[in-house]
Amino acid sequence: MWEIGLAHYLTVAAILFTVGIFGIFLNRKNVIIILMSVELMLLAVNINLVAFSWALQDLVGQIFAMFVLTVAAAEAAIGLAILVIYFRNRGSIEVEDINVMKG
Amino acid sequence: MTLASLSAAWPEMLLALAAMALLMVGVFRQDGPGTARLVSWLAVATLVVVGVLAIFVMPEEGRKLLFANMFVADVYTTFVKVLVLGAAAVGIILSIGYNEREQIARFEYPVLILVATLGMMVMISANDLISLYVGLELQSLALYVVAAFRRDSIKSSEAGLKYFVLGALASGMLLYGASMVYGFTGSTNFSQLVTVFGQTGAASVGVIVGIVFLIVGLAFKVSAVPFHMWTPDVYEGAPTPVTAFFAAAPKLAAMALFVSVMVGPFGKLIGQWQQIIVLISILSMALGAFAAIQQTNIKRLLAYSSIGHVGYALIGLAAGTKDGITGILVYMAIYIVMTLGAFAVVLCMQRDGRMVEDIKDLSGLSRTRPGMALMMAIFMFSMAGIPPLAGFFAKIYVFMAAVEAELYTLAILGVLTSVVGAFYYLRIVKVMYFDEATESFDANTGRELSVIHVAAGLFTLLFFLFPSALTQLADQAVQSLMGG
Repeated sequence: MWEIGLAHYLTVAAILFTVGIFGIFLNRKNVIIILMSVELMLLAVNINLVAFSWALQDLVGQIFAMFVLTVAAAEAAIGLAILVIYFRNRGSIEVEDINVMKG
Repeated sequence: MTLASLSAAWPEMLLALAAMALLMVGVFRQDGPGTARLVSWLAVATLVVVGVLAIFVMPEEGRKLLFANMFVADVYTTFVKVLVLGAAAVGIILSIGYNEREQIARFEYPVLILVATLGMMVMISANDLISLYVGLELQSLALYVVAAFRRDSIKSSEAGLKYFVLGALASGMLLYGASMVYGFTGSTNFSQLVTVFGQTGAASVGVIVGIVFLIVGLAFKVSAVPFHMWTPDVYEGAPTPVTAFFAAAPKLAAMALFVSVMVGPFGKLIGQWQQIIVLISILSMALGAFAAIQQTNIKRLLAYSSIGHVGYALIGLAAGTKDGITGILVYMAIYIVMTLGAFAVVLCMQRDGRMVEDIKDLSGLSRTRPGMALMMAIFMFSMAGIPPLAGFFAKIYVFMAAVEAELYTLAILGVLTSVVGAFYYLRIVKVMYFDEATESFDANTGRELSVIHVAAGLFTLLFFLFPSALTQLADQAVQSLMGG
């Protein structure tokens, strides 16, 4: 009777996605946490895609998820590389310290 | 599947191969400015060849679909691609002298620009949410690196970091939207989405949520308000030739993608998304006009100016008519010429080998460098929309489209904000012509810069003699995008 259906997957994905967004905006501590939040958002999307793919009995969603995984890996690599050169210049990766230019 | 049957994708294939070949050239030659210069000019040559090839393989009529309908080529995509390739070529030429003077001349720079351009071409030609995403990410990932290219400067690395974090957030939003659209329609392909919405005419809440997230992601990429926060910081922090490139090619490509997504698969749902675009457009025009007034740094000023220009171009999308889309294409074409010209002047702003970026450094330019001051004045008058310069025609096409679509409020607000915007453009002219002259800029900034700003200035000045050449091309492009 407690069948897990599409709605449950979508709810989990939506919660994870929201946690990811809040992780980016509310976090005042560390840029690494922002990178983790970005990954969380992309993985939430993957849950969405795979759940839809299963519900629709259509493979495209899973193929899309594969592409997202690949791109997310490249994105993390580039993000960490930029973070390393930033740390070399600034000596800190606190979010509060990213303020040379006021935006 | 033979190579000949893929002819519509030859430009992309050639560009991908050339980017890898140039990477090898750079790796196997001795490191130093000589290699960077060689690879840069080879990259420019590649972009020109790819542009000619794109015109050569353009389908005469109709749309050509390739790779399981994921890739489309028609007059519209070719029109935008040629403009993007031209802007990228100018972007590389602008960087050569600058990178050598600032001692960041590395061969990776032109290669990264080529890769970013390849990403833009894929996203312009995208006919599926998957190819859209992959193209967009290929472009963005290369651009994050380019923004932080001066890696020993704190400003440049901070610009790269900010651009990365907000760009990744935008990609996440876009993807979430894509997954919702996929889930509630059962397809990611634009051609199939058109038929899905054609049958029902209405869309479920899930699809609307998906479209809103897609719009948020795309608005980030074109830097429209309220998703513009990254623009001023990235424009200020990134090395100036990178800023010039950012303001031209990626903005044009993202705008073209925005248009083809909204009027393509979601064209039938214009009632659902029109209000959002109207709002984004008004906010962008207003912020572009008011926030630029208090800027002292010329790169930040041009960043706010570019946000304003995106607002004006979006008027055409809000109208959603053929005239509106033609207006966007003409607007963006004129905008990239003006902005590249203005940045060519900014790149000449250096004293004793150091870049200066304040508006007050321009004071008295009309006496020390009269030619340069004249060109900058032309760009500023044109951006303000003063007839008979090109920027006036750009604005009048989108405003007319808005009036014809009965979006009177939008057109009136557009005219009002452009009056406010004229204030800070004219202030620059005033500083150059009427303020006390300061020390002259260095003379040895390279011939390329002068050629580019003079050519852009002549185009802007003489556009009124032959406006139909550009508008007819844009018309044909829109015919192929929207049919009949």
